[in-house]
Amino acid sequence: MVSQTASPSPAPILDVLNIEVVYNAVALVLKGVSLNVPKGGVVALLGANGAGKTTTLKAISNLLRAERGEVTKGAIVFDGERIDRLSPNDLVRRGAIQVMEGRHCFGHLTIEENLLTGAFTRRDGRAAVMRDLEAVYATFPRLKERRSTQAGYASGGEQQMCAIGRAMMSRPKLILLDEPSMGLAPTVVEEIFEIVRDLNAREGVSFLLAEQNANIALRYASFGYILETGRVVLDGAAEALRSNEDVREFYLGVAQSGRRSFKRVKTYKRRKRWLA
Amino acid sequence: MDLLRAIFIDPFAQMIGSPDLLAQTIWEGFVGGVLYALIALGFVLIFKASGVFNFAQGIMMVFAALTLVGLHEKGVPAWVALILTIAVMYALAVGIERLVLRPLVNQPDIILFMATFGITYFLIGLGELVFGGNPKSMITKELFLPGGSIDLHIPGGRVQLQKLDIAAAAVALIMVAGLALFFQKTRIGRALRAVADDHQAALSVGISLNQIWVIVWFTAGVVALATGIFWGARSDVSFALQVVALKALPVLILGGLTSVPGAIVGGLIIGIGEKLGEFYWGPLLGGGIESWLAYIIALAFLLFRPQGLFGEKIIERI
Ligand SMILES: Nc1ncnc2c1ncn2[C@@H]1O[C@H](COP(=O)(O)OP(=O)(O)OP(=O)(O)O)[C@@H](O)[C@H]1O
Ligand SMILES: [Mg+2]
Repeated sequence: MVSQTASPSPAPILDVLNIEVVYNAVALVLKGVSLNVPKGGVVALLGANGAGKTTTLKAISNLLRAERGEVTKGAIVFDGERIDRLSPNDLVRRGAIQVMEGRHCFGHLTIEENLLTGAFTRRDGRAAVMRDLEAVYATFPRLKERRSTQAGYASGGEQQMCAIGRAMMSRPKLILLDEPSMGLAPTVVEEIFEIVRDLNAREGVSFLLAEQNANIALRYASFGYILETGRVVLDGAAEALRSNEDVREFYLGVAQSGRRSFKRVKTYKRRKRWLA
Repeated sequence: MDLLRAIFIDPFAQMIGSPDLLAQTIWEGFVGGVLYALIALGFVLIFKASGVFNFAQGIMMVFAALTLVGLHEKGVPAWVALILTIAVMYALAVGIERLVLRPLVNQPDIILFMATFGITYFLIGLGELVFGGNPKSMITKELFLPGGSIDLHIPGGRVQLQKLDIAAAAVALIMVAGLALFFQKTRIGRALRAVADDHQAALSVGISLNQIWVIVWFTAGVVALATGIFWGARSDVSFALQVVALKALPVLILGGLTSVPGAIVGGLIIGIGEKLGEFYWGPLLGGGIESWLAYIIALAFLLFRPQGLFGEKIIERI
């Protein structure tokens, strides 16, 4: 088993310290989650449906408040500063931006207009924004072809690219990428993850990606956390996780009997609790 | 038989018989419709951007007009009063955002709707307290709005156009065109449309909803001021004027709550429809049908197009 205290690197861009999140002032959904993302790193946050991945990302980007959620304990440090009380607007300005689960492009805006909304918080002038727009088009040639299509009519893959491109337009240091593989064909998923890797290498953007698809996430991330019912139950370097028996069995679906099932995940949880 | 004739044949024969009267009626309906459209536009802007059905829109119109004439009455020069009124509408937008929208965000829609009732009574109270409750007349001359009329000769006679009505139509046109440009071409306009499309996503890219709300309520306030000036010029400026704002309701039924073109075309249909109805069919019912005809027109439309005129294109794909 990989030790819980192992941390990916000494110089984190993001440090989440033992946070608890409550929805509607009653439902405790995160029960003490700690994780960190090193500068320039790609870290995966894995877990089944309802484990709390989205909640963790929204706690960081502070989109929680709009859903009547609240961080009631712990601290979140981004780039050396506490950010727990900052609005998403402030955060985007400081360089942390979320790409939401389900992509959430602005359906009635064109692809190009969608990309430009990503530059809303910038104050460095039109010329700089236009340069970055061209850079995004260079990364996603498909978006350039479809620049004047309404985003609502773009394909799922194009929408995911649009959502990532839109985030890039804010000149982020960290992208919180939620479930980029959702509902996409395997080849498209591969394409998206290649782009993530490329942006990470070329632009030095750090990524925290929440994924149910542990298989692909662990191929592109260097470190991973596994979340279950609001707790980190396992973490470690990506290769270590990929060769871990439990992970292989329950998240990678490569155990002797093949497919993972929810029921078995449940017994797994029970066993985990007993182990803990 | 006679009744059917009176409903289906006589009015049309009359229209063809004297096209000048028809043109006159349509023109008057058109001007009314333009003003309805402006009121409805205020509703639509606010509804799209903040999801609030703003019951106070009609009162905002009266309040703006009242502030304008009230300030003038207190000795402020007309143009200064106009600028001050715009400033007051801005302060109102900021106040509403701070004291109503921000604390109530995430509450059920009905709560926000009820809050706009509160805004309504607050504005009535404030207006009466500061400027008194008696009706005032609009300061058209001081604002250099034209008086009198011009005659337009058409085949079959002539149409009389009030210069004030022409000015109203022109101002409305300029405002709508200006707003369209603002929405399509500017950074803030784009952000406004983004918010209307998807609040959550707008938040996630760092668009400040608070800032957008202030802008939208301010815009609605300025539109309300323009409408108030021209309605006020046609009658008096008093809180009784808010009943014309109720005409915006059938316009919204017709045009849809979220469609700007719907508000404009809906306004024109209601305006022209009720004038034609009043003039040609009204006598059959003893007149005075203008006050409820608008609702009948809207409901009749609904029967054939339940989604409203321009039932917002809902893009469905995942
Ligand atoms: N707005 C909300 N109000 C109340 N409870 C919520 C809310 N959003 C999420 N939850 C609950 O919090 C828990 C974690 O949800 P979350 O969306 O974070 O999971 P997830 O790991 O992202 O799942 P998925 O893989 O399905 O996206 C779930 O039990 C969910 O029911
Ligand atoms: Mg999720």
